Amino acid sequence: MTSASYTAPPGVKRLQQRALVVGVVFTILFAVGLVLDRAQFFHSYLLAFAFWGGISIGSLALLMLQHLTGGGWGLVIRRVLEAATRTLPLVLILFVPIVVGAHWIYRWTDAAEIAKHPTLTEKAKYLNLPFFTIRAAIYFAIWLLLAFFLNRWSKLQDETANREFTKRMRVLSGPGMVLFVFTVTFASIDWFMSLDPEWSSTIFGFLFVGAWSLSALAFVIAVMAMLSKTEPMNKVVAQLHFHDLGKLLLALVMLWSYFAFSQFLIIWSGNLPEEIRWYLPRTRGGWGAVALAVVILHFALPFLFLLSRSLKRNASKLAIVAILILVMRLFDYLWMIAPAYTGEHFHLSWMDFVGPIGIGGLWLAAFAGALSKRALIPINDPLYETVLEQRHAHAGH
Amino acid sequence: MAEDDNNEPWEHDLEDPEPFHHEASGSSHGRGRGTPALYGVMAEFDNPSVLVAAARRTYQEGYRRINGYSPYPIEELSEAIGFKGMTLPLIVLIGGIVGGLGGFFMQYWMEVINYPLNVGGKPYNSWPAFIPITFECTVLCAAFAAVLGMLMLNKLPQPYHPVFNAPNFALATRDRFFLVIEANDPKFIHREVLQFMGTLGARDVSDVEV
Repeated sequence: MTSASYTAPPGVKRLQQRALVVGVVFTILFAVGLVLDRAQFFHSYLLAFAFWGGISIGSLALLMLQHLTGGGWGLVIRRVLEAATRTLPLVLILFVPIVVGAHWIYRWTDAAEIAKHPTLTEKAKYLNLPFFTIRAAIYFAIWLLLAFFLNRWSKLQDETANREFTKRMRVLSGPGMVLFVFTVTFASIDWFMSLDPEWSSTIFGFLFVGAWSLSALAFVIAVMAMLSKTEPMNKVVAQLHFHDLGKLLLALVMLWSYFAFSQFLIIWSGNLPEEIRWYLPRTRGGWGAVALAVVILHFALPFLFLLSRSLKRNASKLAIVAILILVMRLFDYLWMIAPAYTGEHFHLSWMDFVGPIGIGGLWLAAFAGALSKRALIPINDPLYETVLEQRHAHAGH
Repeated sequence: MAEDDNNEPWEHDLEDPEPFHHEASGSSHGRGRGTPALYGVMAEFDNPSVLVAAARRTYQEGYRRINGYSPYPIEELSEAIGFKGMTLPLIVLIGGIVGGLGGFFMQYWMEVINYPLNVGGKPYNSWPAFIPITFECTVLCAAFAAVLGMLMLNKLPQPYHPVFNAPNFALATRDRFFLVIEANDPKFIHREVLQFMGTLGARDVSDVEV
């Protein structure tokens, strides 16, 4: 088999074109909201950013994870992960409006608010716009560097077949993983926890490490289910790869649930005014219903479905569960972000849907463009022959 | 599939301690007086893909009482010998459900019925606080169900098993792969089984006595 046979199928180009059209139309529609209700626009924008940016950033974690662990499942999804990390420059551009509109999103940018609350006065040393921007620049610099080297060495491995690059990628991934956890922790505190600047939760960073990795994995499974239907991926991807991805999806669903529940249990048990205030608007009325939907559709149902071995080995069924999880991720971000703006009053804006669709179209177009640029399988990876052998033994005859 | 050495089943390695006599008997019984009862016929392979291919062909041929042995788990092998394995997952699921319900209602009974205690003004049925122990009990009972169910279904512990009578079978923990067709297979005809297994690309085929 030659490398030429692993070029992306025409479906990827079609996806890119369609996503671009949807993205441009919905982004223009979304921009109308900027005139109508600026604060709502920026909160919806933050939601869209959390969702799509999270898939890029989470893909970086999975990419390093599979370099560290090895395994056939990692080899077959590597190019999808790499393509998702190559959208990070776009995610950086998408971050600019958050800095520009920070005044409409974050209460701690308002001098009058700071003066009123002594905690905010203290926190202003850390939570101020210049330092916020510098920190974001540091996070992005780290992510972009990691993504740059992992993509570059993977490309060189394709071209030169030099085993040295396999080792380099693995060596970078170890410390890269540590850097990842730290940067995501600080980023999630800056971007999402500071929506309620007087509130704090120590597990909040891990919640986003889990959530972003989970959304990246669910996205990759959906893409793999699509790719595995046609040439060339149907020659490489086997049931056992989906089985492994399904197991990892179950593990991440449980990890995220564990983090989310730990935060709730500790704050609920302590029942302290400065902590419980975050949960009060989010567990009553309409937001309470959203919370219940997240518990059932993001944890209970996927958990039960993913226990089944035959479901995990069936690409289409696994993809349906993955897409359900992706949709619920959006509702979970909404549940975290929107009450900071609406309070206990439950209110869904049209922008909460148009925004993620518009930004998503642009993001997907960038992703599909990146995916179609390289071979879908790193054929010079030492694991490549093993994966083909597995596939062969599996297909049999 | 590499069929480099096309061993006939009646051709044996020199180190084979007891070259067996292949008889044209029509069934597993009556292999001549004095010969012990037959457990099955064992084929020995050099690599896992040949074993999986052989197992798949054996199943397609209509044999059902078959088993494979390898030094490490081979994902496709259980599927190739037609092993469905739905019983153990069911046992584990039941164990998990029993553990989960038991764990939750143990706490409910203690906190609400047997010894209600006001903790921090919270309701007696403070379910969020019950979740960690409910979870732990689920995992504990599911794990016990898995281990005990596995032992039960495998009929373990078992101090004696006939497959260890096969020559070289000790290598099944190192670098050899084995496939056995048991004599109690409805389709088992000794001579045909020997002939069939000879076509599977095995390095050796031999009888296994009970």
